[in-house]
Amino acid sequence: MATDRSLRGRYVIAGIGATAFGKLGRDTLTLHAEAASKALADAGVGKDVVDAVFVKTPTSSKEFMYGQRVAEALGIAPRWGGAWDQGGAANITLIAFAIMAIEAGQCEVALISYADNPRSGNRGFYEKARGHDAAYGWFAAMGGYGMIQRRHMIEHGTPLAAFGAVAMAARRHGADNPNAQLRKPLSWDDYSASAFLVDPIRRDDACLLSDGGAAVVVMSAKRARQLRVPSPVPILGFGEGQTTCDLPLRASLTTTEAVRSGRTAFEMAGVSPRDVSVAQLYDCFTITVLMTLEDYGFCEKGRVADFVADGALEIGGRLPFNTSGGLLSETGTPGMQLIHEGVRQLRGTANLQVPGADVCLVSNQGGIMHTHATLILGSD
Amino acid sequence: MPTQSPALDTDTIHEAYLAGLAEGRLSLQVCVCGHRWLPPRASCAECLASKWTWEPAQGSGRLKSWVVYHVAFHESFRERVPYNVAIVELDEGPRLITNILADSAALRAEAKVRFVPSRQGEHTLARFELVA
Repeated sequence: MATDRSLRGRYVIAGIGATAFGKLGRDTLTLHAEAASKALADAGVGKDVVDAVFVKTPTSSKEFMYGQRVAEALGIAPRWGGAWDQGGAANITLIAFAIMAIEAGQCEVALISYADNPRSGNRGFYEKARGHDAAYGWFAAMGGYGMIQRRHMIEHGTPLAAFGAVAMAARRHGADNPNAQLRKPLSWDDYSASAFLVDPIRRDDACLLSDGGAAVVVMSAKRARQLRVPSPVPILGFGEGQTTCDLPLRASLTTTEAVRSGRTAFEMAGVSPRDVSVAQLYDCFTITVLMTLEDYGFCEKGRVADFVADGALEIGGRLPFNTSGGLLSETGTPGMQLIHEGVRQLRGTANLQVPGADVCLVSNQGGIMHTHATLILGSD
Repeated sequence: MPTQSPALDTDTIHEAYLAGLAEGRLSLQVCVCGHRWLPPRASCAECLASKWTWEPAQGSGRLKSWVVYHVAFHESFRERVPYNVAIVELDEGPRLITNILADSAALRAEAKVRFVPSRQGEHTLARFELVA
């Protein structure tokens, strides 16, 4: 079935809002309240217009009816709402659900809010044993990403420099961001001397662990005009893809769901990788960015080392990426910060603004590359 | 008292798999539709039926990927770091998470490996050694 291109540009991100990021020691409901309040203020609307509240399931605590608890804490009785578990791909996915629900006439204005506190609270999810294989010492997301990275190095000879290029770009951009959790730039000497945590993954390949909240308000472009939203950013396309939970069951360890997810989103948006002026790519680990670039079609499979060389991902480079620092430097929260930075780039208000940015590609990714969601934002 | 290893899944299917390992036998599941798989599960993910039987694996395979843990995410591994965890593809097709009983520096992609039943606490695990 063909992707519905008629949605292109008919929905917008009307407002964005976030808390501070880092070790906050605050409960998730107050983080939601602050992020939502700021996002609504940014959109120039009151909470009375919101009739859908979608949230990601927090990793630090699993509660029944969490989505309803959040809506209650925000004093909103939505028509549509709930908590969605898809790991780090959830935020873009919830924006897509909101659009489809609004398109079907089920609701009009959606608040998509994220909050979690794994830094100060329970981080067990990120370090947990992997199912029946725990007895072999198979632990933590990092083990899974390491297995994928090794296989990429085996099949394509991917050099250390490629991984370093990703980490150095994110850290350079984060260092410039006053709101970033980690503002220490990373030199090649620092990176290449970085200790192995789970070889081949080094400390500087791994993202931060952060508390924080971040929200967006989504509505139709038409509703945004009626509500006199000051700075709406059009959504051009979105797409999804998912694969196995158990890593050994995957036919290929070196192909991600960025392939299917990206194809759908690019088709809906009517753009291709060469039209992208700035990218906000999920960088839980450096390998994720490299494989996402290949699978979105920015370069041939196995050639990403050439693509990211010479500061291509840094501000002023061919494809500036994670211009506020991403998960490696701004905050380890899963993905909403990338959407926010995309919105700022297209509004022309980013801290490290890409001149004339008119198409921003955003990726979200969950689990050990189990789930992938793509969002393409535009400027008109 | 030594620290306990992380608990193994002990549903009916895993108990049967572990019982085979305890007798020195690595088994995989084969369905009437022809699909073969590990890790153990109760129904076939191809045809969705539950008409499968245990089949002894040859025990030979190839090393597809591996990692070396330099940090312990569980107390019982604190004295084992650095240790490897690998993905091995059996000659029959199924892949599994395992450890290679070798110096991690000696591991090479696509290296031939052979099943070795390996005692750990009260269980026997399916580990592999490099074939010279």
